[in-house]
Amino acid sequence: MTSRNAEGHAVVVGASLAGLRGAEALRQAGFAGRLTLVGDEPHRPYDRPPLSKAALTGEIAPEATALPNLHALDAEWRLGVAATGLDRQAREVRLADGATLSYDRLLIATGSRARPWSNPTEAGLAGVHTLRGRDDAAALRRALAAGPKRVLIIGAGFIGCEVAASCRALDRTVTLIDPGPAPLARILGQPVGEIVAALHRALGVDLRSRTKVARLEGDASGRVVRAILDDGSEVETDLVVVALGAVRNTEWLSGSGLDDGPGGVLCDEAGYVLDMEGRPDRAIAAAGDVARFPHPLYDGRPVALEHWGHAVAQGEHAGRLLAGAATGAAYAEMPAFWSSQGGVTIKSVGLTEGADAMVFAQGSPKEGRFVVVYGAKGRCIAALSFDSGRWLPAYAEQIAARAPFPPIRVGVDLHGLAVLQPGFPEERTSS
Amino acid sequence: MKAGRLFEAVKDEANRADPYPLYARLRETPVSRQDDGTYVVSTHAAITSLLHDPRISSETLPPSERPRTGNPLSDWIVNPVKDHVTNTHRPFIFRDPPDHDRLRMAVMGQFTHQRVHAMRGRSHDLVADLLDKQSDATSFDLVCDVAYPLPVTVICEMLGVPPEDEPQFHGWATQLASALEPDNLGNEEARAKNITTFDEISTYMRGLIKEKHRHPQDDMLSGMSGESGKDGGAGMGEVDLIATAILLLVAGHETTVNLIANSMLALVRRPHILTRLAGEPDLAPRLIEEMLRYDPPVHFRTRRALSSIDIAGTTIPEGADIVLLLASGNRDPAVFRDPDRFDPDRPDIRHFGFGGGLHYCAGAPLARFEAEAALVALAQRLVHPRLIDDPPPYRSGAALRGPMHLRLAIDGVAPRR
Repeated sequence: MTSRNAEGHAVVVGASLAGLRGAEALRQAGFAGRLTLVGDEPHRPYDRPPLSKAALTGEIAPEATALPNLHALDAEWRLGVAATGLDRQAREVRLADGATLSYDRLLIATGSRARPWSNPTEAGLAGVHTLRGRDDAAALRRALAAGPKRVLIIGAGFIGCEVAASCRALDRTVTLIDPGPAPLARILGQPVGEIVAALHRALGVDLRSRTKVARLEGDASGRVVRAILDDGSEVETDLVVVALGAVRNTEWLSGSGLDDGPGGVLCDEAGYVLDMEGRPDRAIAAAGDVARFPHPLYDGRPVALEHWGHAVAQGEHAGRLLAGAATGAAYAEMPAFWSSQGGVTIKSVGLTEGADAMVFAQGSPKEGRFVVVYGAKGRCIAALSFDSGRWLPAYAEQIAARAPFPPIRVGVDLHGLAVLQPGFPEERTSS
Repeated sequence: MKAGRLFEAVKDEANRADPYPLYARLRETPVSRQDDGTYVVSTHAAITSLLHDPRISSETLPPSERPRTGNPLSDWIVNPVKDHVTNTHRPFIFRDPPDHDRLRMAVMGQFTHQRVHAMRGRSHDLVADLLDKQSDATSFDLVCDVAYPLPVTVICEMLGVPPEDEPQFHGWATQLASALEPDNLGNEEARAKNITTFDEISTYMRGLIKEKHRHPQDDMLSGMSGESGKDGGAGMGEVDLIATAILLLVAGHETTVNLIANSMLALVRRPHILTRLAGEPDLAPRLIEEMLRYDPPVHFRTRRALSSIDIAGTTIPEGADIVLLLASGNRDPAVFRDPDRFDPDRPDIRHFGFGGGLHYCAGAPLARFEAEAALVALAQRLVHPRLIDDPPPYRSGAALRGPMHLRLAIDGVAPRR
């Protein structure tokens, strides 16, 4: 592989966490040819987790989120230019400015974007925001700093919940609207969702579960002033944050023959992208939010994970793969994420999807710190902690070993294990 | 030597100066059952795993619940003494969550940025004064003259123990620290001494805490006893307060001394690094992290299995005593390249020098700046230091391990900078 790595042109499409770590891994693995990173935003890679937290409350500036280069990266940057097409026969990436980039290896790391409000006219009202990038955060920060009294947040997923907590920290009046029975219930199940609901109510959030926003209304100047709910009631507001999840950036791949869709671009176990016939293209790998891949821990079920640590690990894996330095082992990193809301740190390992049982293990919900373990078909598949992340490594080991559920019956600060139903709402998105 | 007797050899004072070859033997079986039923955990991965495992406990069972081992020595002497100790004075080092967390949080709240920062500056002055005292000496004992008095003064001032009372703690602290040595409670004499010491130090602390209540000052004891008067969970009762104060005092007496002495031993054996440190004091933080890996003050801690644990091909049965051999994990070649080499330029040192998991050393910031102040001053001011005894005589402890004396011959002490 040494000679193959001496030259050539590696193109990384997507200049965020997965792309950056992938490019670094290519170099680390000995790739000495030309390296180009393409990003649709004008910024060098930056860190997203603070954008819904410290960057909104003003503790840090949205611009102060640049990601450090972990390794020297001799690369060309094409920033502020989106990729618009892929021609695999010609091995070319087309860019929005009309240029094309030839590659001999390509990393797809285009990530995802915020799902917009369904009605474009209403979405275009002044004061209606989404949150994904640094510019979104800067705009939302400016809007919050201007002193709106009432903030309406549509969607109580992780971003919606974190934004709600940040807005309460700024002492804004916050209404959080979600169609589910409780915040995060789709991912964490209803019993944990109820705890998240209690947390937000304690923060002073006006939480309205099992409720949908029917439409947004603006005033004569085109500024949003109220939301009409599906039960006919109205909520007056000065600012709306639409937090309805993410859409994967795969449109630019259409016509390339790759198996791409709203769920991401499909990869094989190794990390190579697959075409419509299921054949891997060994010049192309994918990583991060946009990559849909069979996870060995979950019986090869294809998943696409929107987790920070996953973007790092899969980015690095893909970089090594494209440099010919992968060990051949399937990518099997344990899924993990964290969230911070109202001073509580929520952490998770594994994937809850498909759970048919759960137990409260360490700690107690009453004290606000606890571990929940999820099981499926008698095996341990995921664990979640509220302010008790120190125990999660032990559960991650149990999940990796597919240990029987519940995996730990006697332990420190563990008081009886009542098996509960996770009670996921019917409508469910993956990951 | 039989694998099941290796830990016996670790505890043998004959091996105190260099237990590392024994650790290498132990690592051949990451979790090794010893003949006495103890499970010794010696690899980095297995230690990391168990430090975060909810199935291991730092608590000792109350007497009635403790299963009989069948060994009369354990059943009638060792364990009852351990139980007396842990049940009457249970500092948070010997407790599990949630009690541990509550007590530890109350202590951490007292390590304010202001106090730590002030003490950092103070420790430079203290070291300078201690070295000034040696200005006419041709030899001195680094342990008695620097490594011991520095942390003792720091912890006493942090806590608010009057300096004139300090000398009596010397003996108390040494005696109480033996609670961390697995075999030290095995004889009648030690048992009686431990109980007497607890009673003495508790009586003293009770009096001091009362005094702090009446006349609060800007110190940790005043802070903690003030908090204890308030409602709302953060406070602690008198028994916990006394136990916590004793823990901090003992920890301040018995650990940093080893860090400084072990470091100096390693540096005097490697004069080129000592010289480098003198000219490059910014090296100190990295050098100290490497020291915490290479020859840490605390070599192992014990735990108990609350339920059986499958790990690294071994099943630790419920109720078993577990030894986490931290100093061995620090030399694991699976994690550290050329692990037996002292290399202050080593990148990414994930050591167990301060333990790990929820019992991670609460005083780590103090230890770091005290060691930094001492080592930089020693490197810059001692003229041509040489070891008089190599290896030096060691204190008896295998868990809290360090030289009893470290006599250095010198050609003088340079004036303070």
